Amino acid sequence: MEKTLKMIQSVSSSCTKIDAADVMVSVDKKDLHKVCEALYKDGWDYLINLTAVDNVENIEIVYHISKSADMEKFMVLKTNTTDVENPIIETVSDIWKSANLYEREAYDFFGVRFLNHPDMRRLFLRPDWVGYPLRKNYDNTPNEGIPSKVHDMDACEDVPSITLDRHGEIVENHTKLFGKNEYVVNFGPQHPSTHGVLHLRVSLEGETIKKIDPNFGYIHRGIEKMMESMTYPQMLFLTERLDYLCGSMNRHALCMCVEKAMGLEIPKRAEYIRTIFDELNRIASHLLGWACMCNDMGSITAFIYGMRDREKIMDIFQETAGGRLMVNYYVIGGVAQDIHPNFVNRVKEFIPYLRKMIKEYHTLFTGNPIARGRMINCGLLKKEDAIALGMSGPNGRASGWHCDVRKIAPYAAYSEVDFKEILHDGGDTIDRYMIRLEEIEESLKIIEQLIDKIPEGDFRAKVPAIVKVPAGEYYQRVENARGDFGVYLKSTGDKSPYRIKFRSPSMVAVSGLDPICRDTKIADLIMIGGSLDYVIPCIDR
Amino acid sequence: MEVKDIKIKSMKTEDFRDNESLQKYIDELEKGGVGIKVAPLDKVINWGRSYSVWPLTFATSCCGIEFMCVAAARHDFARFGFEVTRNSPRQADVIFVSGTITKKMAPVLRRLYDEMSEPKYVIAVGGCTVSGGPFKSSYHVVDGVDKIIPVDVYVPGCPPRPEAMLYAMMQLQRKIRVESIFKMPKNPENGSVILSKYNSDGTLVTPASETKQIEEGGAE
Ligand code: SF4
Repeated sequence: MEKTLKMIQSVSSSCTKIDAADVMVSVDKKDLHKVCEALYKDGWDYLINLTAVDNVENIEIVYHISKSADMEKFMVLKTNTTDVENPIIETVSDIWKSANLYEREAYDFFGVRFLNHPDMRRLFLRPDWVGYPLRKNYDNTPNEGIPSKVHDMDACEDVPSITLDRHGEIVENHTKLFGKNEYVVNFGPQHPSTHGVLHLRVSLEGETIKKIDPNFGYIHRGIEKMMESMTYPQMLFLTERLDYLCGSMNRHALCMCVEKAMGLEIPKRAEYIRTIFDELNRIASHLLGWACMCNDMGSITAFIYGMRDREKIMDIFQETAGGRLMVNYYVIGGVAQDIHPNFVNRVKEFIPYLRKMIKEYHTLFTGNPIARGRMINCGLLKKEDAIALGMSGPNGRASGWHCDVRKIAPYAAYSEVDFKEILHDGGDTIDRYMIRLEEIEESLKIIEQLIDKIPEGDFRAKVPAIVKVPAGEYYQRVENARGDFGVYLKSTGDKSPYRIKFRSPSMVAVSGLDPICRDTKIADLIMIGGSLDYVIPCIDR
Repeated sequence: MEVKDIKIKSMKTEDFRDNESLQKYIDELEKGGVGIKVAPLDKVINWGRSYSVWPLTFATSCCGIEFMCVAAARHDFARFGFEVTRNSPRQADVIFVSGTITKKMAPVLRRLYDEMSEPKYVIAVGGCTVSGGPFKSSYHVVDGVDKIIPVDVYVPGCPPRPEAMLYAMMQLQRKIRVESIFKMPKNPENGSVILSKYNSDGTLVTPASETKQIEEGGAE
């Protein structure tokens, strides 16, 4: 790390190290691009997250960066602009492709424009929306006017961008997203296989896809803004509703983030229970992902089978926690109540049952020659592209990228169990399909190792009645069923956060649709979308 | 399961146990022969109609997953005649609004509703669609879909259990059986069927602008 710091300082004299404990570096905004380029060349090729923060006197952009080859390495880079009226910062989307959407998000929520960014449209809100909601001075009055008309699609196609001209003056350019003669098909927002309300504008040549432009925001619920006026225990409930299929895992991330910040010691029992719940949740999510993907390819039988077996997990959840889909089980300091006396037996019955069923799934669908014919060599994603897009999780592992956070930075009880990180190297649809079924088996293995060893003792630590997080910035990542889920938390020592941001693994998955689907057939778009297994509310937040 | 004492001011515990009041209501009305006189032909048609209500495949978020559970093996709404989900609003009879409706989505939902053919029904599934639910204080969430489209049955919960959705379906069936197919109510106050009205500039008439128009008319 010292080396990296020296390297940064050699590039930019303005860079200062902020915190001794974390690797946190601040650089002047005019040196930002240079520093990022140097970092990229040094192997820091995975931009995990990009967050904008409104500090009232300035607007800060925070970059969380890691190395794809060595994901344990983790650094935070910061820059800021004091021009809050008209903030402009240089783009890094030419260095890290994944920055493209993050910067558009920062523009949408904070009005920060990125110099040389090719596409400065709003990402979530309607093109005619006034104001930047995550700014501190934004009037957050709910329910002012429900628009009666669908927003103007032409406005979505007008792409503004800003560049510098020869004299160093800022000029605004406008380009059109699609050419005049392009044939553009609207896919969604209401479509049974977009897995939520995703809107894709697909440019076609005959049946072949030439370009995809994803439109988000149909389920943007303003969670991050709402959380700024909530207490920490209240926030947990909304975290679960972000990506409802891995609700427990998301909640785990926020709980851990707060616990670490407060220096809370979590009882061993709670850690074991949480790990088991996480894995059960992962299985449920993968089962649903598998079922829906097969359904998208026309196999309704598989859908029914997957949902049937998922119900068994729902039963287990319900017995212990009371909830089915929204388990609402983790609290800051542990879990809400102790496990049900039947829990251990139920889980033990479930493991051999699901093993048998997975064999059945393989005979039922995996071996199907039509399905194989469609999936093999379709929707290729190369490892470099996966890294550039930041597409971690099962999708990245299907392309051969070692990126499992459970292995890289073990949390809860993951360091005590023995499991394999499944890696494939094809990167096509069948790899992404197989990896989910294989990961279910690994999860079963993890549960099997833990279920008999749940230690006795408390299930919750003593937590002060009013949870206050000491001032500072925190970042916590977990591996949820879709990949690297992260929570960025900035606190001023109050009982609600100053800024909170979630890194959504689904968003990077959708950003991969365009490069993956180019030159494939439109019918395969649905299958590839199914194989990427994204959840839209997690993107929109 | 017996419902124990419920501590809600505006609702008595008996009301929670009450499942058949709609049916009783129909019987009484029929006996008295007032209001909605259900002709024998209506009765037959409605019996058929109430057992073949096909929902639209529509889900925006979390509640949609529970909706999928209702469609899948264990809960299986085909038992109640909800049979298959339709992907086109033109073929659907009922729309389960499951999941938060945001301001960007609201006009889309309205359009879907308008594309459905009469008679059509709406079930609001989950706290979000009933009143905004956990996102009531958000700047981008519609607090209750009844601001956009008329709702027939409300199902509270976050998310409601599949059983609750089945119950909502049964309530909808009861509601359908009260209707007269030859005399579809035209007034939004009396029933579920209203046709959308458009202003001259192509925007939808919202309740607010409607009252304004009436007021303006009165002034003339
Ligand atoms: S009511 Fe609850 S579960 Fe349903 S969509 Fe809203 S937040 Fe999700």
